[in-house]
Amino acid sequence: MSSTFTTLLARDLRNLLTGAHGAGAALPLLFFLSIAMLYPFAVGPNPTMLAKTGGGVVWIAALLAAILPLDGLISRDLEMGFFDQFKLRGMSEEWVMSARLLAHWLSFGPLLILACFPASALLALEQETVRLLVLGLLAGTPGLAAMGIIIAALTASLRSGAALAGLLLIPLALPILIFGAGALGRNDPATLGFVGAISLLLVAIAPFAAGASIRAAREG
Amino acid sequence: MQASLSATDIACRRGDRLLLRGLSLDLGPGDVLQVSGANGTGKSSLLRILAGLLTPYAGQVHRVGAIGLLDEKPALDEHLPLGKALDFWSAIDGRTNPHRPADLADLMDVPVRFLSTGQRKRAALARLDAQRPKIWLLDEPLNGLDRDAIVNVGAMVDVHRRAKGICVLASHQPFPMDDIQVLDLAEYAP
Repeated sequence: MSSTFTTLLARDLRNLLTGAHGAGAALPLLFFLSIAMLYPFAVGPNPTMLAKTGGGVVWIAALLAAILPLDGLISRDLEMGFFDQFKLRGMSEEWVMSARLLAHWLSFGPLLILACFPASALLALEQETVRLLVLGLLAGTPGLAAMGIIIAALTASLRSGAALAGLLLIPLALPILIFGAGALGRNDPATLGFVGAISLLLVAIAPFAAGASIRAAREG
Repeated sequence: MQASLSATDIACRRGDRLLLRGLSLDLGPGDVLQVSGANGTGKSSLLRILAGLLTPYAGQVHRVGAIGLLDEKPALDEHLPLGKALDFWSAIDGRTNPHRPADLADLMDVPVRFLSTGQRKRAALARLDAQRPKIWLLDEPLNGLDRDAIVNVGAMVDVHRRAKGICVLASHQPFPMDDIQVLDLAEYAP
C-alpha cells in the first residue's frame, strides 16, 4: 500500500509543482514576494515603520498566497474521473486526500518559508522577527494547506468554486493569522504553540472532511 | 473465484425524478449484457450503481471480482504524453509490463490534451484493459470511434468474455458482437 501512496504523491507533486493543476509553485511564490516588494512603496521607506509592521504583512502575504493553488487542486481530478477510478481500485478517499494534502503543502509551504528571507530583507525586519516568522510559517502553513484541501474539495463540484474557495479560506484562516502574527507583536514564541495546535487539528481532520466531500460530490 | 455481478430490485433516483425501479440482474462468467434505452433513461446511473459509485435509491448490488469502469471521463493527465499517463495507472495497478494496444503505438508521445474524442476513448480502453478487472462496465464505449476501432472494441470484449469476465455495456448503438443479452431500460421506467 505504501508504494501506491508514493505513486499518488509523486503524481500530485508533479502536477502541483508544474502548474498542470492550476497555479503551479512559482505563482504563489512570486505573489508573496511582490506583496513584500510593494509594501515599502505604499507606506514609505521608513525603516522603523517597516520593521514594526512588516512581519504582519508577511503573514497576510502568506495567507493570500495560499489561496492561489486552490484552483484546480481537487476539481480537475474530479472532472477527469480520477477519484472514481481510485475508488474502484479500493483506495479510500481519505488515503487519496492524505497524499494530496502532503503534496499541496510541499508545493507551497517550504517555498514560502524560504521566501521569508528575501521578503524580510525587503522589509528591513529584525533578526528576532525573522526567526518568529519562519517558525510561525513552519507551524501555520500545514494548517493553511489542510484548510485549503477541505475547502477545495467542498467547492470542487461548484461552477464558481475557485473564487468561492478563496473567499472561504480567509475567515477560516483568521485564527492562524491572529496567533501567528500575534507572536511577532508580543515577541513571544509560546503563542506559536497555538498555531501549531490549530495546524495539527486541521491536518488530522482534513483527509476525512475532504474525503467525505468527494463522496458527496459523487452522489450529487 | 468466479466473477459475478448481481443486482436485486434496484431503483434509481436523480434529483426528484425516479429514473427506474424494480431492476434485477444476475451475471456470471462470460456474460455480456447490453443496457439500452433512450437518453436520460438512467443507463449511466445504472452503471455507476453497479460500480458502487452511486448509492441506489432502493435495492442491493453484489459483486465478486474487481470492477473496471470506462465512461466519458478518461482519467488521464491532460498535459502528459499518453504513455506517461497510462504508466501512472500501471504503477497504481501494480502491472510492471502492461500490454499496450498496437493502434496506440504512434500516440504514446502525444500529450493527452491533443488527442481526439475517439483517441481518448481508445486510450481509456487501454487503461481498462491493462487494469485487468474481472467485471467491465462500459458507458457508451463506441462514442466517437471509427469503424475499425468499433470492431476492435468488439474483439476486446470477446477476449474478455472468453477469459471468464463479465461485461455490462451501456450503448444506444448496436454492439458488434453476437450472443449478448439485452436489457431495455424502458421496461423499468416508473
